[in-house]
Amino acid sequence: MADVQDYKQVRRYETFSYLPPMSAEQIRAQIQYIVAQGWNPAVEHVEPSRSFTHYWYMWKLPMFGERSVDAILAELEACHREYPGHLVKLIGYDNYTQSQGLAFVVYRGS
Amino acid sequence: MAGKYEAGVKEYRHTYWAPDYVPLESDLLACFKIIPQPGVDREEAAAAVAAESSTGTWTTVWTDLLTDMDYYKGRAYRIEDVPGDDAAFYAFIAYPIDLFEEGSVVNVFTSLVGNVFGFKAVRALRLEDVRFPLHYVMTCNGPSHGIQVERDLLDKYGRPMLGCTIKPKLGLSAKNYGRAVYEALRGGLDFTKDDENVNSQPFMRWRDRFLFVADAIHNAEAQTGERKGHYLNVTAPSPEEMYERAEFAKELGMPIIMHDFLTGGFCANTGLARWCRKNGILLHVHRAMHAVIDRNPNHGIHFRVLTKALRLSGGDHLHTGTVVGKLEGDRASTLGWIDLLRESYIPEDRSRGIFFDQDWGSMPGAFAVASGGIHVWHMPALVSIFGDDSVLQFGGGTLGHPWGNAAGAAANRVALEACVEARNRGVEIEKEGKEVLMNAARHSPELKIALETWKEIKFEFDTVDKLDVQNR
Repeated sequence: MADVQDYKQVRRYETFSYLPPMSAEQIRAQIQYIVAQGWNPAVEHVEPSRSFTHYWYMWKLPMFGERSVDAILAELEACHREYPGHLVKLIGYDNYTQSQGLAFVVYRGS
Repeated sequence: MAGKYEAGVKEYRHTYWAPDYVPLESDLLACFKIIPQPGVDREEAAAAVAAESSTGTWTTVWTDLLTDMDYYKGRAYRIEDVPGDDAAFYAFIAYPIDLFEEGSVVNVFTSLVGNVFGFKAVRALRLEDVRFPLHYVMTCNGPSHGIQVERDLLDKYGRPMLGCTIKPKLGLSAKNYGRAVYEALRGGLDFTKDDENVNSQPFMRWRDRFLFVADAIHNAEAQTGERKGHYLNVTAPSPEEMYERAEFAKELGMPIIMHDFLTGGFCANTGLARWCRKNGILLHVHRAMHAVIDRNPNHGIHFRVLTKALRLSGGDHLHTGTVVGKLEGDRASTLGWIDLLRESYIPEDRSRGIFFDQDWGSMPGAFAVASGGIHVWHMPALVSIFGDDSVLQFGGGTLGHPWGNAAGAAANRVALEACVEARNRGVEIEKEGKEVLMNAARHSPELKIALETWKEIKFEFDTVDKLDVQNR
């Protein structure tokens, strides 16, 4: 038994929440992917205790047609500055399937 | 006016071989692979199959003349060589849409693969593909919810989902079974699954299983903050018992149930899929018995046809094979039927075994489920082959982890997310999979030990049912 490790339960936030927080460079690469797929970037945030709900707060409006990685990154950072204790999620919204092609929590709260 | 009645046996070709016929958009088209008996030529064999699977019988009957047989009969309209096989040929047959009851997969298959498969004039017969005209598709129920709705209900985006079949497949008590479910879900899986033969045996009656599984799900959701499900198998001896089990799953607030569409039958499956849409519950569909029907390359029904049957009958998930695991499945052919399950329009593509364009109109697609003998080392290939709209299921590959189910689940989840993250960055994960996994394992002791445990296991037997190509 000495070589068996106990599994520590923690709360998770869906896609990529089993990986360590991403570096700035890794986040840029995922934004690039969203743009390259033709999806619409969007930012959402919520108090950590309410993460299970379907509806998080929208940060402003979805950035329809935005292709600048810097502009998208700036909105993510602005949302985080305003709500440092919140979970902040980046979404690649696909209006053809009316689904999210990608969604992951970039800032995991404080 | 009808022609004169002449009693007796006529060659089938007089009535059912129509090489000049141009199929209508509303015709149901079928491609059969036929090996005729010695002495029966191709046109006669093809016409016989057309006749016996539509309006014909072995002799002329006077009642044929009471109707317009030209309007109702099936027609063999084309014959092709089978690449690499001189004994067999492909026969293309067109059936008027009037021959089939609307919305009835049962009726279509009773005609197409009914008596004709025992017909003496053919030595072997295989239904390779069927083009369902959009006119017919629109009369069918289809998947209860479909891919997009399921993603919304479960809040799973941008990645394949992860599942696990609970083992040992038979013999656990309900409470022990629930423990295995709970551990796997809290470790990071999206779903766990009843094995196909878990119904309601003496060691674990269905009601007890449902109660303990519900407790496991509710707790795993509260503790992980993620939505979870367990495919509660409602396959039962009779429809009444099947619905009784489904109703109880609903009462417990369970998001998904499960059915075996071949052993349970198309009738039960279609009814259950309609019930699922009405009651807001997802339907996972297993395919026990399929290999009996689809594995022999010369006789039976190809799995791509069974896939279409399921999409019409209804189900939100369907097992499609893994390509890389312990069960049979050729890669190009598998990619073909995955498309038929998920996409809305699939063009003819012989390199994937697809004989007809297939238009599904507004019918939703379903998730492809890859399950059977897969483990973390297969992850890069699975993500690459199946893409995001899939459920990857690791049974032994989760429960066999040296530290238990939760650790096994976490290892798979880390591996999955690492592969998706790398793919999105533009990494060719099938080539550089090892590096991606080893890198991810630096942050995950669970993944590290999983990689060490399973490194030597491979399943490299030749596929029995290959696509028909010249060099086989």
